Amino acid sequence: MPKKSGRDGGARRAKSRSGELRTVGHNVARAEGVEKVTGAARYIDDLVFDDMLYGATLRSTVPAGRIVAVEKDPQFDWTGFVFVDHRDITAPGRNAVAMITEDQPFLAVDRVRHQAEPIWLVAHADRARLAAGLARITVRYEKEKAQLDFETATEVLKEIAIKRGDLDAAFARADVVVEGTYRTGAQEQLYIETNGVIAQPGAGDHADGITVHGSMQCPYYVVRALRVLLGLPEAKVRVVQTTTGGGFGGKEEYPSVLAGHAALLARKAGKPVKMVYERHEDLIATTKRHPSIITHRTAMKKDGTILGIDIDLRLDGGAYVTLSPVVLSRAAIHATGPYRADAVRIRGRVMMTHTPPNGAFRGFGAPQSQFAAEVHMDRIAAELGIEPIALRRKNLFNTGDVTATGQKLHDSVAAHEVLDRALARHAIATKAAAKARGKTAAKGAVKGAVKGATKNGAAANGAPLRGTGLALFFHGSGFTGGGEVKLASKAGIALTKDGVQLLVGSTEIGQGTRTMHAQIVAESLGIPYDMIDTADPDTARVPDSGPTVASRTCMVVGRILQRAAEKLRAQLGDYDDGKSFKKRARKLLEARGTVEVIEEYERPGDIVWNDTTYEGDAYGAYAWGANIADIEIDPISYQARCTHFTAVIDIGKAIHPILAEGQIEGGTLQGIGWALYEDVVMRDGKMHNASLTNYIIPTTLDTPPITVEIVEHPYKNGPFGAKGVGECPIDGPAAAIVNAIRAATGKRLDAVPATPERIMKALV
Amino acid sequence: MKLKLHVNGAKHTVEVAPMKRLLDTLREDLALTGTKEGCGEGECGACTVLIDGAAVNACLVPTCQVEGAEVRTVEGLASDGRLHRLQRAFLDNGAAQCGICTPGMMMAALALPKKSSLEQIRAGLAGNLCRCTGYMKIYDAVAQFLAGEKR
Ligand code: FES
Ligand code: FES
Repeated sequence: MPKKSGRDGGARRAKSRSGELRTVGHNVARAEGVEKVTGAARYIDDLVFDDMLYGATLRSTVPAGRIVAVEKDPQFDWTGFVFVDHRDITAPGRNAVAMITEDQPFLAVDRVRHQAEPIWLVAHADRARLAAGLARITVRYEKEKAQLDFETATEVLKEIAIKRGDLDAAFARADVVVEGTYRTGAQEQLYIETNGVIAQPGAGDHADGITVHGSMQCPYYVVRALRVLLGLPEAKVRVVQTTTGGGFGGKEEYPSVLAGHAALLARKAGKPVKMVYERHEDLIATTKRHPSIITHRTAMKKDGTILGIDIDLRLDGGAYVTLSPVVLSRAAIHATGPYRADAVRIRGRVMMTHTPPNGAFRGFGAPQSQFAAEVHMDRIAAELGIEPIALRRKNLFNTGDVTATGQKLHDSVAAHEVLDRALARHAIATKAAAKARGKTAAKGAVKGAVKGATKNGAAANGAPLRGTGLALFFHGSGFTGGGEVKLASKAGIALTKDGVQLLVGSTEIGQGTRTMHAQIVAESLGIPYDMIDTADPDTARVPDSGPTVASRTCMVVGRILQRAAEKLRAQLGDYDDGKSFKKRARKLLEARGTVEVIEEYERPGDIVWNDTTYEGDAYGAYAWGANIADIEIDPISYQARCTHFTAVIDIGKAIHPILAEGQIEGGTLQGIGWALYEDVVMRDGKMHNASLTNYIIPTTLDTPPITVEIVEHPYKNGPFGAKGVGECPIDGPAAAIVNAIRAATGKRLDAVPATPERIMKALV
Repeated sequence: MKLKLHVNGAKHTVEVAPMKRLLDTLREDLALTGTKEGCGEGECGACTVLIDGAAVNACLVPTCQVEGAEVRTVEGLASDGRLHRLQRAFLDNGAAQCGICTPGMMMAALALPKKSSLEQIRAGLAGNLCRCTGYMKIYDAVAQFLAGEKR
């Protein structure tokens, strides 16, 4: 274990409650670590295929309109160019990106519904010629009226309702009704590796098939999209994930579109075609986090008890449905925050606008809805004159409480524990910081700081305004409701002469999938970690383990692998170490040729969900989180800066503590970025600041010391107690920061990003 | 145009347009794809290489400008199959998640003064974006490496 550096912040690992474990809970060497630090790892743009062409996309430059004509400059030398338009998609193939619905075309037919919508595809062997050619193709439009603002939009792409208890009665009984409206902006995933694929005609023995290599989270989503587009059976479509430079949801559904484009060009050209977006194109064309507007009305008793919660939630879906219905579902289910109420009504809608479709982004709607919930909690505290911490404690979920969907929380509820730990860690950090500044912490400063209702920063003589804010949150692991049953994910293990090979369709996108899965299997089989190999993420070899999203890869897929390991263990009979395992394995292989155990998802018996009424156990388990943000605001520039951040997250069990902390630190910083810096500026339906020069993500200098503590409240159906970790950390930072800004200034912001312009407006 | 380059201790002659980005020459003409592109405009640092020991963005440097200079890329770190101590430190501390920023981040770290404080590490890496780690583990790795250098 490496020695911790002297940096402020830092992570504290929970003491393992499972003393016997030999691999799980230990920081084993990362599976693909060496390739990544030597530069040997091959990302999609590092690959060159023989006789390969480069592909590019002709995109719309109006938000809504009828395409009158697409014209190539007759003066230009078009030798060597390949063109594709919607007419190249022929039956039985369909011009529809297979997602939840099939409303989005791969290529526009006669209308465009948003800026940057793909119209034509062009390929050439020379990239400079390709760029020159693309600039010589013009599209003429008959413009149509565009609806760009989702707050005034009327077309609804999806609506859901959650109802529980008697809301009218709750409001009739209320001493006070507190109302507030909250807004969040779009956010770009900003993986440092842009979207990219290479499509190649043929798949295995099928000359008429298609193979796509690329950067992606969900190879089997891409398989499905290509099957629909090209009208091919599954055997003729092969998708291989290459080393992927970050995803965060941004490579969940979009690679299906890009893979389809490259496939169309490759089939027409009869050659491999590479399409790798430049940053600008990636920013204007691909999905973002859904902007939201959320209104809360809360029926309160004077003593701080929540009686009823009434929420109206709207998301900006953009021009097509993509994954918006499920984003909405997760947003709505988490919209109360981790608080109980006997009466709840949540109305959620996704609005259609003429803007590029929004889609999956880490947290999947829950960061938006819990931002509103937690900023609203501070508003309630202020209106009732109750301390924010006390108000929260009074209403926080305990074991046995019931959620908005009527789910009774039976186990692994750590809402109070993460709050206690966060307060303790924050107190330590505050003392240390005060000591470092050579002052003694003012008595009660820590507790007082989080009280939030008072202005505790001093603005005198240009000194920064300081404040501290709190946010509590939870995040359901895995697909919502019956989603996991429908997915019916598979994963398994093959015996090899040196150990085992994992057959799993989950992808490694930086979060440590390969390492963590190998640890689970090594532990379950009782053999050393280095005897576990993982098959390449190639759909010709690995089964569909469901998408690598929704904080499900450890808890859900890890559990399937654990079950496969247990079965394999039974087949092997007695062995007591790696050596005797190998002996038995070789014997069994000799006898049977191949030995593979593939298991499928099994719904834990106690999970019941009704998709029509939106009632029941929305998720098998929840991760729990508490954030405390310390911020300061420059009274002249109005720039807010986070000076210290505390994140305590309960994830059931840290299979690999360093990787788990990495998820928490990274997710937290992405949340801080969303809260303070990341502002997608739209003009005429198009991202206006589509470059890294003016779409700002946190650099080292914007990043505060982040104190992380992992809490391990085991979940009985997770592998070794593990729940999800990837998304929970991003649910809290925005609210904690906005609450801190209010503590510092006494003014409400109720929106992110908290840019200097917004803060100034609130203050003056 | 023929240009003579020194990369990772080896001499190469490449036939490229003089204004071709060093990033592309490394990746396409020398097959050194460890150096990455994240933005192409000097903002992300994924393309960071060392030129005579100084960290620069290879996406902003025309190839002709490095004639006669010593260029070092991530491929030049490990020797004889043995990892460089900085690479080890990145592995030990979990400083590489998706890994796309890692080569550039390590090259930038190598240009830091040997006795850098945490503040100097932060300032020295400010031109290198990482979207995965939240930077904490990268500080740990670099601090561990620099602590070893001091000895
Ligand atoms: S690619 Fe050179 S700085 Fe981003
Ligand atoms: S490790 Fe993914 S961007 Fe840094």
